[in-house]
Amino acid sequence: MNDVWSWQRAAEALPPILEGFRITLLATVVGTAIAAVLGLLVALVRRSRSRWVTAPVGLAVEFVRSTPLLVQLVFVYLMLPSVPALVVGCVVLGVHYATYMSEVYRAGIDAVPRGQWEAAKALDLPRTRVWRAVVLPQAIRKTLPGLGNYAISMFKETPYLFAISVVEMFTAAQQFGGRTFVYTEALTMVGLLFLLASYPTSLLVRRLENRLA
Amino acid sequence: MPETTAPRDAVPSGTAPAPARATTTVQGAVPAIEFQGVVKRFGDNTVLDGLDFSVAKGDRVTLIGPSGSGKTTILRLLMTLEEADGGIILVDGDPYTHEIRGGKRVEVPEKRRRAVRRRVGMVFQQFNLFPNMSVLENIIEAPMHVLGLARAQATVRAEELLDQVGLADKRDARCTQLSGGQQQRVAIARALAMDPEILLLDEVTSALDPEIVADVLGVLREVAETTDITMLIVTHEMQFARDVSNRVLMFDHGRIVEEADPETMFTSPTHERTQEFLRAVLGD
Amino acid sequence: MSDNLSTLRDALPRLGEGVVVTLQLTLGGAALALVLALLLGLGSRAGSLWVRGPSRFVVEFFRGTSLVVQLFWLFYVLPVFGFRMESLACGILALGLNYGAYGAEVVRGSINAVPQGQWEAATALDLGPVHRLRRVILPQAWALMIPMLTNLLIQLLKGSALATYILLHDVNYFIEQLRRSTQDTFFSYTVGLLVYFALAYVLTLGMNALEVRAKNRLGSGPSLREVLRVAPVPATTRGGAA
Repeated sequence: MNDVWSWQRAAEALPPILEGFRITLLATVVGTAIAAVLGLLVALVRRSRSRWVTAPVGLAVEFVRSTPLLVQLVFVYLMLPSVPALVVGCVVLGVHYATYMSEVYRAGIDAVPRGQWEAAKALDLPRTRVWRAVVLPQAIRKTLPGLGNYAISMFKETPYLFAISVVEMFTAAQQFGGRTFVYTEALTMVGLLFLLASYPTSLLVRRLENRLA
Repeated sequence: MPETTAPRDAVPSGTAPAPARATTTVQGAVPAIEFQGVVKRFGDNTVLDGLDFSVAKGDRVTLIGPSGSGKTTILRLLMTLEEADGGIILVDGDPYTHEIRGGKRVEVPEKRRRAVRRRVGMVFQQFNLFPNMSVLENIIEAPMHVLGLARAQATVRAEELLDQVGLADKRDARCTQLSGGQQQRVAIARALAMDPEILLLDEVTSALDPEIVADVLGVLREVAETTDITMLIVTHEMQFARDVSNRVLMFDHGRIVEEADPETMFTSPTHERTQEFLRAVLGD
Repeated sequence: MSDNLSTLRDALPRLGEGVVVTLQLTLGGAALALVLALLLGLGSRAGSLWVRGPSRFVVEFFRGTSLVVQLFWLFYVLPVFGFRMESLACGILALGLNYGAYGAEVVRGSINAVPQGQWEAATALDLGPVHRLRRVILPQAWALMIPMLTNLLIQLLKGSALATYILLHDVNYFIEQLRRSTQDTFFSYTVGLLVYFALAYVLTLGMNALEVRAKNRLGSGPSLREVLRVAPVPATTRGGAA
């Protein structure tokens, strides 16, 4: 066992990994913020009555969602050489996950009972007021667990940023492995750190889900 | 393990406190169903609190009483859909889910439990036909795979039963294409295909439109007339209870408050709760 | 642009090879994932803690540790412990383990969603536990799980793009080769993403066909043949069949 696992190497790998963990968290938070806002916009636009609006937006959403995040990251990174890699990473993560989150919003809006719309109409509330005061508060409550789950998924997909050389937690481990020619300790620790961070968070989201259900 | 030397029979009939049980109507013969001090709780709610009663072979017993009085729980215990928290249940003298060995209540092994369950059939309020199978497949599934019948043999029997319930032409139909009344008749045929000694009917007409209730009850009436299957019936159809059963038990809070033949029960009930209940159900 | 197209035309055989590798990873990973999902999903519902505990642990472990880390761990670290695998096997294993864990949750949820009455009816007919699951519960749960399995399959396809980094020549690798030969990033990546999009579309169509068939077997919805017929089915014949 001592041949394959060295505690000393593990200790050496830890500082750069923890440094990378900050970038991982940063990318997740910024990516989630972009996805949450853009996703809502997409969901609202897709409710338009005009097919000239919904069809192209629908196709774009479908396209982004069914092609690899990894390829999208490299594509945008290569197309915009002057933009810092971390910015590219956050934005692509955000746009990719916006396509998922828009579905969560859509389901949440659809779940608002018809009676609520009718009641708002009966009160003759203006359209924007109906959305802001009646529909969205109810819809967003229902969407929180779904958004939370996608935020966790995004967190676990931040390692893709290695492909555009953003030194998040996984890239830090890989670089350490590349320097020392031993990946064992660094990669194992990164995997466990992902588990350590994502599992309790997913338990929290599950609790939120039960509370709001 | 000194218990293992104890006699296999759970409660020898000689030692059972038979005379103390008011509801025992059989003497000598082994009853088809016997509850001895059965306790069932759901959380803090005790539904059955030491229930004793027995049903003779070939009896048709209707259980009546307000909802929550424990009637359906009795059927579900007899189908092992629920497990009793205390007491034992005997089917044909054989311990079902639990038995007394060396003075202790222990679980009956799964194999023996299934051997007993094989003699019991049930028809549900919501039919519960398998949507992934045709009508015929629903009926022959268990005879083929549980009783080990050949497909041809099981099919012949299934066709007889379908004929009996008036659905011979629906043999190859999908269950979802049938009306509720038709589905329930298939469910009756499915239960009968296992040749049960005991048939449990759990509010079999409650989910049906009023105009087709008669069809289903007609089928059951015929089963009652042409077989000697022991029946335990939970129903709100008092006329059916009157036609088919030879005994009616009135339940309230998990206890039998009155027991009589249907004629007496429905025309001159003695217990106050029975009178109230029948007034409410019969609607006058 | 015409230069690009002729380069692409010359590269088509290599694109074909890339698609084959991507499909091998996707379908191989999906097959492994399905088996694991069924085992772990059923294990997660087991009465015995000795089965349920390990099942839950495996599911949470592979859901929680990130596909990227798992793949590179299998590729770089596992050989240290004396297990050396081919790249393709490594990719299939990582994708299968990761999405098998996600699939287990889908299987568990779908089985729980089969109405209680179906379990009770099976018990009343004295069907044994295995028989009950195989003949009554799973066929019904299957129809419920297909839409969610479709989502996972598309995610698995997307995840397979990692294969380039464990030295496999998949579609992602082809994109990079095309970029080198055309010197046109936009063209190469657009072509590459369209290939992935087409693959995802075909896989979705296949899964939708499975779903139609599964639902039809449960007696709800039209048969696959009716769906595939070009002319719409007249309402009268549909009503007549019911």
